[in-house]
Amino acid sequence: MKTVAYREVEAMTTGWWMLMGALAAFTSLGLLAAFYMEHNGHWVTGMTNQIVWGLPHVFAVFLIVAASGALNVASISSVFGRTAYKPLAPLSALLAVSLLAGGLTVLLLDLGRPDRLMVAMTKYNFRSIFAWNVILYSGFFGIVVVYMWTMMDRRMKSFSKPAGFAAFAWRLILTTGTGSIFGFLVARTPYDSAVMAPMFIAMSFSFGLAVFILVVFASSEMTNRPLGDALVRRLKNLLGVFIAAVLYFVTVQQLTGLYVAEKRDAVVFLLTNGGIFTVLFWMVQIGLGALLPLALLFAPPTAMNRPAIGLAAILVILGGIAQVYVIIIGGQAYPMPLFPGFEVTSSFFDGQVNTYVPSGPEAFLGVSGFAVAMLLVAFASTVFRFLPESLADEVVDPHCVAKARK
Amino acid sequence: MSATTSRRAFLASASAAVATLAPGITLIAAQAKPADQPASSAVRWGMLIDTTRCSQDCSACVGACNVENGLGSHGRPQTDPQWIRKVDLTSKRTGQKLSLPVMCQHCEKPPCVDVCPTGASFKRQDGIVLVDRHICIGCRYCMMACPYKARSFVHESLENQRPHQPRGKGCVEGCTLCAHRVDEGKLPACAEACASGAILFGDLNDPKSEIAQKLRTLPTTQIRPELKLNTAVRYGGLSI
Repeated sequence: MKTVAYREVEAMTTGWWMLMGALAAFTSLGLLAAFYMEHNGHWVTGMTNQIVWGLPHVFAVFLIVAASGALNVASISSVFGRTAYKPLAPLSALLAVSLLAGGLTVLLLDLGRPDRLMVAMTKYNFRSIFAWNVILYSGFFGIVVVYMWTMMDRRMKSFSKPAGFAAFAWRLILTTGTGSIFGFLVARTPYDSAVMAPMFIAMSFSFGLAVFILVVFASSEMTNRPLGDALVRRLKNLLGVFIAAVLYFVTVQQLTGLYVAEKRDAVVFLLTNGGIFTVLFWMVQIGLGALLPLALLFAPPTAMNRPAIGLAAILVILGGIAQVYVIIIGGQAYPMPLFPGFEVTSSFFDGQVNTYVPSGPEAFLGVSGFAVAMLLVAFASTVFRFLPESLADEVVDPHCVAKARK
Repeated sequence: MSATTSRRAFLASASAAVATLAPGITLIAAQAKPADQPASSAVRWGMLIDTTRCSQDCSACVGACNVENGLGSHGRPQTDPQWIRKVDLTSKRTGQKLSLPVMCQHCEKPPCVDVCPTGASFKRQDGIVLVDRHICIGCRYCMMACPYKARSFVHESLENQRPHQPRGKGCVEGCTLCAHRVDEGKLPACAEACASGAILFGDLNDPKSEIAQKLRTLPTTQIRPELKLNTAVRYGGLSI
């Protein structure tokens, strides 16, 4: 394998200004939306006392889950010794911290009292999974930044492997923590399940890699850097495996729910008569978000077609957002079983399927999380040498060149 | 000083007083807690709600709670806070109709306290579960975790707040069991307003208290008993 050369993205070009301008505009829209929500109060959103977590949480959780998954490529390189992924390891780490920053920005700006960030950072209830997550997120930033340092500073190279191990272990714990935010909620029947933690880990692999593939495609295209088929083939095959892993966990989750009498009604609601949630589950999460991408990635006509692979990655992201929407919003929409065996009515909407209509500001705030993440990636790639000069086959995969010679 | 002493003496005597207001309606005044002393774990405040006495067309407890705590309405039922609500039940098997108030159940092991990242949700020594509005960041994780839908988020600006019950936009709140009244030796507003005597308030730890005696002799239940949260609010005449 050749020595990998890295080069900054050229700044101040027309394309660079357009990209940065667009990302800054979306970020500003998100900030304005947050200000509007905080100034007026959350009644201007679609969130209520029944659906207490809404679209901002869907985007935030998606981004946080994708963040840990985006680190996969670096982990495969450092922990599992696959040299083909090595050129992209720094970008993988950068994308991981950027996505996490985007997700946490959305989460923070949706708080009822975002001005009390310092309280959240200084007062911990160690029984709270949320508090654990605050520590896990902070630790992730620290560990991944050190990991990037070991990869990008020749003097620190020898620490790269242990740092990669630490980051890999930490990211598994972090996603377990994110899944457990829901898995430990005994109050709501659709959540309360130990399978949430491993399912979130599988989701992170899939979502994170989908975002990573798009970033690699876009950065290669926009900065005119070669990208060989060898790496594309590896990445798209890996994405297929991760999509299948998520499907497996979703199947286990739903089947175990159907088996347990206490949960059966909630699962039947989601799978058959849950309105928008049923549509999102079957059409977007399963159909568009898993089966169609699998077909695009492995069917011979499209298997090595880059636009088709890019489309598959976009569909995985859309399916992932739908999945998180179904989990978070659907889980709250299903009525809480306070009085089993009774028809229930009250002024507080007991016994009813709760409705949720997302508002514009929530959507802007959510989408701005992506913009924040991409803004950080673009800025850091301009200032530091994160992107390899070439991802051509002879740089990535020496076997490929050897085969060609034969 | 003398004024304080006489007030304390009055409250002390009131604490022992048992007043019969009408046949079947008995109030046991709570012991007053001096303002400079913390709540004591020797007591555990609780309620017994007799659903057989609770009428579907009465919502006096809800009205009293709203007045006492300054809970106004913006005409938006989805986002207006409700600390206590009347729930009407019809048995799917027998058609039996019941009506009962539901509020924070003041669990012995409250999930809201477990999940709160900053410790803003907390339980007093006397079992009352509260929100410290100074450190609530408005994350709503407690609302996700509460098995009784007992908490509300303040979705908009507030006016005409009660001095004894400061609230804040962007924070979560819920029934305080009228801790400010209980500390003064008074009954919670809902219990005081319940003319049918369906809400009995008292010390669950005092074997001589009326509530403890009734809990020993009458069949009662808690909502969602399978969660084993050991709620301080119990219901009579309800079989779940």
